[in-house]
Amino acid sequence: MSLYYLQKVLYDLNRNPQLQVTYMESADLVLSQYSLTEQERTALIEPDIGLLYVLGVNGQILMHFAALHKIEWDDYLQAMREGIDKYGPVRDGVYAMTGAGKNFTKNSEVHSD
Amino acid sequence: MSLVYAGVCSHAPGITARAQRADPVIRDDFYRHLEKMRTDIVNSGAEALVVIAAEHFANFFMNNMPAYCIGMGDEYEGPIEDPEWLKIPRTKIPGAPDLSKRLITEVMQTVDTAFAQEWKFDHGISVPLHFLTPNYDMPIIPVNINCQGPPLTPLHRVWAFGEALRRACDSVAEKIAIVGTGGISHWPATPDSGKINEQWDRDFLEKFKRNDKQALLSYDDMSTYSEGGQGGFEIRTYIATAAAATGATANIHFYAPIPIFAVGCTCAHFEL
Repeated sequence: MSLYYLQKVLYDLNRNPQLQVTYMESADLVLSQYSLTEQERTALIEPDIGLLYVLGVNGQILMHFAALHKIEWDDYLQAMREGIDKYGPVRDGVYAMTGAGKNFTKNSEVHSD
Repeated sequence: MSLVYAGVCSHAPGITARAQRADPVIRDDFYRHLEKMRTDIVNSGAEALVVIAAEHFANFFMNNMPAYCIGMGDEYEGPIEDPEWLKIPRTKIPGAPDLSKRLITEVMQTVDTAFAQEWKFDHGISVPLHFLTPNYDMPIIPVNINCQGPPLTPLHRVWAFGEALRRACDSVAEKIAIVGTGGISHWPATPDSGKINEQWDRDFLEKFKRNDKQALLSYDDMSTYSEGGQGGFEIRTYIATAAAATGATANIHFYAPIPIFAVGCTCAHFEL
């Protein structure tokens, strides 16, 4: 159930601008309301986008958390790639269905700019 | 009166958020076809626009995830994303609660749908509306099909839902337009963002063009995930629209992979 609450934090943050303000002022205060493992809590606080991705957070939720931290799009994508390299395949959630997050795209397929 | 317009288009956030990074020739051609959709909807006389979307955890989460939900609000708000990030100003969007209630009531004759009087649009609806109703002067009825959090509704139920929407549209006095928004293949917001399986997309569009029910319902989630990514689950929005347009074939106006938009950008409409 842990991934559920990890994603729930981000779901709540994404929907609530006032909660975002509170979170940026005191993340501990907000996170204390959720049942999280120490690893999940640390990944959120840093934030460690790569680890959050490997833990199974859906990108549709995670990309907004990256934007909240002013992480640029290309840096966000790179952080997830580095997370796979550092922590291994995606462990849970929809991306663990097949390939476990190892199905990387060739750079030539991704970058048009 | 009846359904007067049915079409589909892409909704990826990069379409607006990363507009400046796309090839301007292809980007502007895509934008022109979105503008053509806008004028076609206006010229259809539509009095309300039903947007069949695949929202992305803006309103619905795994604490209570509906397979289907239809909006019944007086108004909506969007985008939920940082407006500076998405490059679409946050605004209020008018709803049509009485019309929604009548549509929902009719849909429920055959399909159990949730409804919501509160709904925050994410890019899945806000990006299409940015092009299709840029002045936010047409009442919107949002529809969500869960394409994000498995288990997902099976495709034959998606077809039934689309048929129910059509029957509901044909049961009311107002002229209704439907636009489905989604994939086709894409790996949004993941390390594979920008990957597009053009052949898979074109195969799907060929089936979509024929409005071939049997072929459209032949997909399964594992092969879709493998070939089309988790974003491929959004074929549900296209299939529901096809079902709403049963008996009509589609005109694919535009298809082009635009990697920085992270999707094969599509515009199509059915000859009702």
